[in-house]
Amino acid sequence: MPDLRFGTSPPTAAEMAAVEAVVAEVGPATVTVGERLVLGGRSRAVARRNLLLPALHALQRTVGWISPGGLDHVCRLLEVPPAEAYGVATFYHLFNHSEPAADSTVHVCDDIACRGVGALGLVEELRGVGLHVRPSPCLGQCERGPAAFVQRIGAADLSVAAAAVADIEAAIGSSTSSSSVVLPQAGLDSLRLLARVGVVDPGSLDDYLAHGGYSALEAAIEMGPVGVIRELTASGLSGRGGAAFPTGVKWQAVADQVGRPKHVVCNADESEPGTFKDRTIMEGDPFAVVEAMTIAGLTVGAEQGWVYVRGEYPVAAARLAGAIDAARGAGLLGSDVAASGHRFDIQLRRGAGAYICGEETALFNSIEGYRGEPRNKPPFPTTHGLFGEPTAINNVETLVNVLSIVRDGGAAYAALGTERSPGTRLFCVSGRVVAPGTYEHEFGVTLGDVIGAAGGLADGSDLKAVLLGGAAGSFVGPDWMDLPLTLEATREAGLSLGSGVVMVFDQTDDIVDTVRRIAEFFRDESCGQCVPCRVGTVRQEEVLVRLRGGGSFHDERDLLDDLGSVMRDASICGLGQTASGAIRSAIDLGLLGGVS
Amino acid sequence: MGEPRSLVELTIDGNVVLVPEGSTILDACRREDIDTPTLCWASNLTPVNVCRVCVVEVEGSRVLVPSCSRPVEPGMVVSTDSERVRTSRKMVYELLASSVEMDRADASVHAWMEHYGVRPERMGDRDEIATVAQPPKVQDDLYVRDYERCILCYKCVEACGDDAQHTYAIATAGRGFDAHISTESDVALPDSACVYCGNCIGVCPTGALAFRTEFDMRAEGTWDEDSQEVTTTVCAFCGVGCNLELHVQDNSIVKVTSPADHSVTSGHLCIKGRFGWQHAQS
Repeated sequence: MPDLRFGTSPPTAAEMAAVEAVVAEVGPATVTVGERLVLGGRSRAVARRNLLLPALHALQRTVGWISPGGLDHVCRLLEVPPAEAYGVATFYHLFNHSEPAADSTVHVCDDIACRGVGALGLVEELRGVGLHVRPSPCLGQCERGPAAFVQRIGAADLSVAAAAVADIEAAIGSSTSSSSVVLPQAGLDSLRLLARVGVVDPGSLDDYLAHGGYSALEAAIEMGPVGVIRELTASGLSGRGGAAFPTGVKWQAVADQVGRPKHVVCNADESEPGTFKDRTIMEGDPFAVVEAMTIAGLTVGAEQGWVYVRGEYPVAAARLAGAIDAARGAGLLGSDVAASGHRFDIQLRRGAGAYICGEETALFNSIEGYRGEPRNKPPFPTTHGLFGEPTAINNVETLVNVLSIVRDGGAAYAALGTERSPGTRLFCVSGRVVAPGTYEHEFGVTLGDVIGAAGGLADGSDLKAVLLGGAAGSFVGPDWMDLPLTLEATREAGLSLGSGVVMVFDQTDDIVDTVRRIAEFFRDESCGQCVPCRVGTVRQEEVLVRLRGGGSFHDERDLLDDLGSVMRDASICGLGQTASGAIRSAIDLGLLGGVS
Repeated sequence: MGEPRSLVELTIDGNVVLVPEGSTILDACRREDIDTPTLCWASNLTPVNVCRVCVVEVEGSRVLVPSCSRPVEPGMVVSTDSERVRTSRKMVYELLASSVEMDRADASVHAWMEHYGVRPERMGDRDEIATVAQPPKVQDDLYVRDYERCILCYKCVEACGDDAQHTYAIATAGRGFDAHISTESDVALPDSACVYCGNCIGVCPTGALAFRTEFDMRAEGTWDEDSQEVTTTVCAFCGVGCNLELHVQDNSIVKVTSPADHSVTSGHLCIKGRFGWQHAQS
């Protein structure tokens, strides 16, 4: 038995059953086979630690909270020190640590997009009818807010969009998420990444095959890893998660690693405020994600794939899980992928409410059953990724680009967009436009064109500012409409495309409050590991609260500058490094108006 | 004797420096007598690089680099006293000192805060800004956990876990500014896995973890570090040979430590060596 001391609180029968179901497939860390044979030891415990997060989800769903007895049972089966497991459980917003106040918890997005369409009123109304409500950071439903995410005891989580009180009450009763992908460009021939969204049945492998599905995997097997990486490199594809790292270089680096198990990870923890493009793909074309991951696995020589889906995306998670099962059933995943002789399979993991887990190394820690705290880089994931092993980690949109590159060749892909930003890009257009939604445009489209394609602003609406790239991006003013949206042009302008957010604000929006909400977001989402971000995001929000309350901008300017400097220069990861960017840009644009 | 190591050439503050491969930038700075502040680093613990007070500027790196954990590379060009470095170090101290009681931190911490001209009061009125102020946890006769002095350097977690004790009684819980060191479900220390080795107290840089003797004497106003004499001896409880440093005030043992560079203990002890000294005074 392990040299660990466990607690004394007993689990309930329901808690035991929930946890044991999660562990059933691989069994607990220590198993007594017979009088003389016990399987155990440190390596078995290490190999099971990644079940900690699924086990916590099981407890939350079954009894509505992580009770000391339930947590202790998880620790005994997986042989995790109880203090560490408690540290992990308390890291995530979606886990409750006191007895549930109600059968359902309604998380209502009060973030920057939804608060413009009545989210704050909805919170009050829901409380008025006696529902248990928690304000939430962006739920990734910005094109159809206000959005809600409902956790229920003993039943699946729900996502409710364009939510009114009646919709939420109806959803809780009927158990259906209102998921309809909003795709204003549906039917356009120019769509590549979104071509199948809204066209194929996301639950049917046959329908996916009938719409060209798995032709890319066939081509990839045909051309082999060297061919795939050659085409990827020729295509000039770069990562769509924000950092724009060349995908071909990343895959080559992982493929070059030999002698150790390797992993492919799909980062589907889309949580940047204003971002919902990956959800559009996962809900509308889940098999595309599975196929692209399979190509990645065969190309870099990984046998295990992991897709880490944002916890607040129940529909995406369910459809991906269905797609993985269907692909496995058809021999497209498993010990002999599409008769290629290669083994590759995918495990799905759900996040539990932590923006920081979208940072790649925090995501690894989260999967591994540790707190989602980013690791210092170097070393980089290509050599020291998931479980310390070589890992190719890509965002959903990046992966789905691989399909057409493999199928049609890198040169054809590179012909799209601009020379230094080839291909197409998804944009999450929200706020004061006529038709919010996910849009696909070739790189080089101007900001004005993107807004125009979404119907422009409604009559009587005057463009005040656009948040480009998300909360980690920047505000730009109306004079930036001619900006070509390419990596090079945005970089030159000191901006970033980030996750493709284009959030439009007009004269009716309270920008000072929006900026304060962004500061609040970073304070809430900081993991707390490093001092610059843990305390800096708090101090930054305090300054903005003081300014909103009539404080003098002049008095605070030096402090804001220094807070920006230390967070940008000395934080461990991108969260802290970008936490002052949007605020800085709002100051530069004079958007904090009366206070500057 | 370890494997022979080749030397790496780098530039620190304009001087060419040769250090063994595998050294960190901090190692290299110390060889060159370049004084570098640290809070979460300790010679007997794995670097976690969370405090960020040791950051330096490395040419080609977009952001500053934690010197305590970054290995040197050939041709690296390091600046330890640039404007960016000074601003970040000063800010780290200001952020900490505005949210945490730093009065019992090591003298070197105060010297560095003075060096960088730290003014935590510019963060706002202490009553109006977020701090970690809270009453101390006094749950037994040996330890006090006074978390309003905790800078979350993770040293105690490391000493309790993989770096020394392998007891895993404490870990970081919560997130962001609410992150804190906790036992499972915040149970009292005597109900946790704690074995009272005191190694967490031994590594705490700010007095957040303290001997009950020290805590009580401070409360009475009798704690007087200047009058304490430190006597080194060998623990008499078993044959391992741990060095003990007995801190004696008015002919009474008030605290026991062990040198971090001692070949047997690496600064860590067990409950007997750390707390079992009453017989010496009977």
